[in-house]
Amino acid sequence: MGVDQVLGNNVITTSLDKLVNWSRSRSMWPMTFGLACCAIEMMAAGAARFDLDRFGILFRASPRQADVIIIAGTVTKKMLPVIQTVYEQMPEPKYVIAMGACASSGGVFDSYSVVQGIDEVLPVDVYIPGCPPRPEGLIYGLQKLQEKIMAERNSFGAAIGYGEVVKDA
Amino acid sequence: MEDMSEQAAVAKLKEKFSSSVLDVAEYRGETTVVVKKEDIVDVCTFAKEQLGYNFLSDLCGVDYLGSSPRFMVVYNLYSIGSKSRLRLKVPVEESDAQVSTVSGVWGTANWHERETWDLYGIRFEGHPDLRRILLAEDWKGHPLRKDYPLQGPDRELYQGRLS
Repeated sequence: MGVDQVLGNNVITTSLDKLVNWSRSRSMWPMTFGLACCAIEMMAAGAARFDLDRFGILFRASPRQADVIIIAGTVTKKMLPVIQTVYEQMPEPKYVIAMGACASSGGVFDSYSVVQGIDEVLPVDVYIPGCPPRPEGLIYGLQKLQEKIMAERNSFGAAIGYGEVVKDA
Repeated sequence: MEDMSEQAAVAKLKEKFSSSVLDVAEYRGETTVVVKKEDIVDVCTFAKEQLGYNFLSDLCGVDYLGSSPRFMVVYNLYSIGSKSRLRLKVPVEESDAQVSTVSGVWGTANWHERETWDLYGIRFEGHPDLRRILLAEDWKGHPLRKDYPLQGPDRELYQGRLS
């Protein structure tokens, strides 16, 4: 380290952004919200065999405690206002994962009743292809979101009111 | 009330509602009786109370776009006692798309008629609570009508794959 041991042996120095990003990306708590068969794969990813807990990903039963919403399934026009309400109830910073073909593009449901991709309404951070994606696919997508969070700049400053978060792709 | 076969039930229906029965058809063991829509409540009450058809297993609409009358409302009846099925059909004109409700005969008709109203736009006179049941409350149109665009009115029609 560049510092000449003035802080003792058990101290490391880093940037505040890195610390904040690290803590955010290692405790992404998704909203417990499933819409279709993708939700079954999401549950499998959360259960013992794939164990999302090891990434610090714990499903929360309230949007007030959630950082991520995984749109796991077909979004119908009737369900859309419910999803929007849940998303608005989540505190900042918040992230959206479109899981599977339906959430990404409407999938096979090219129909009057289905929203043709949740990105028509919510700002999607990660799209996961598949119909439905296997749990490995969801885990890969979540890791991509972790990388994306780690690349953010001014995440601490924005949190205390100085400027905006710079999101590097 | 007594248990009887579909043939006996049709004979009794013809006897009681001779001017109302428009057509009787049998296809692969399924019996269909087409009746005038003015008498549907009386026919259904008779079928339930005298012929033993105590269960309305389904009620739905059909859109025969291009022919007249355009719609049919279909009542699929089942007799739990004699294990027999009977199908009643009622022709409905597009210009006068309404039928009397049978929710007073079988309570289950309530939601079935709401669904038929929701998707076909056929009104049920005397229904206690005729609201949409599947689509959102502010939905415009009735999507199971054959002239409703499959991908919704606000999108261009599918033209085939571009690639």
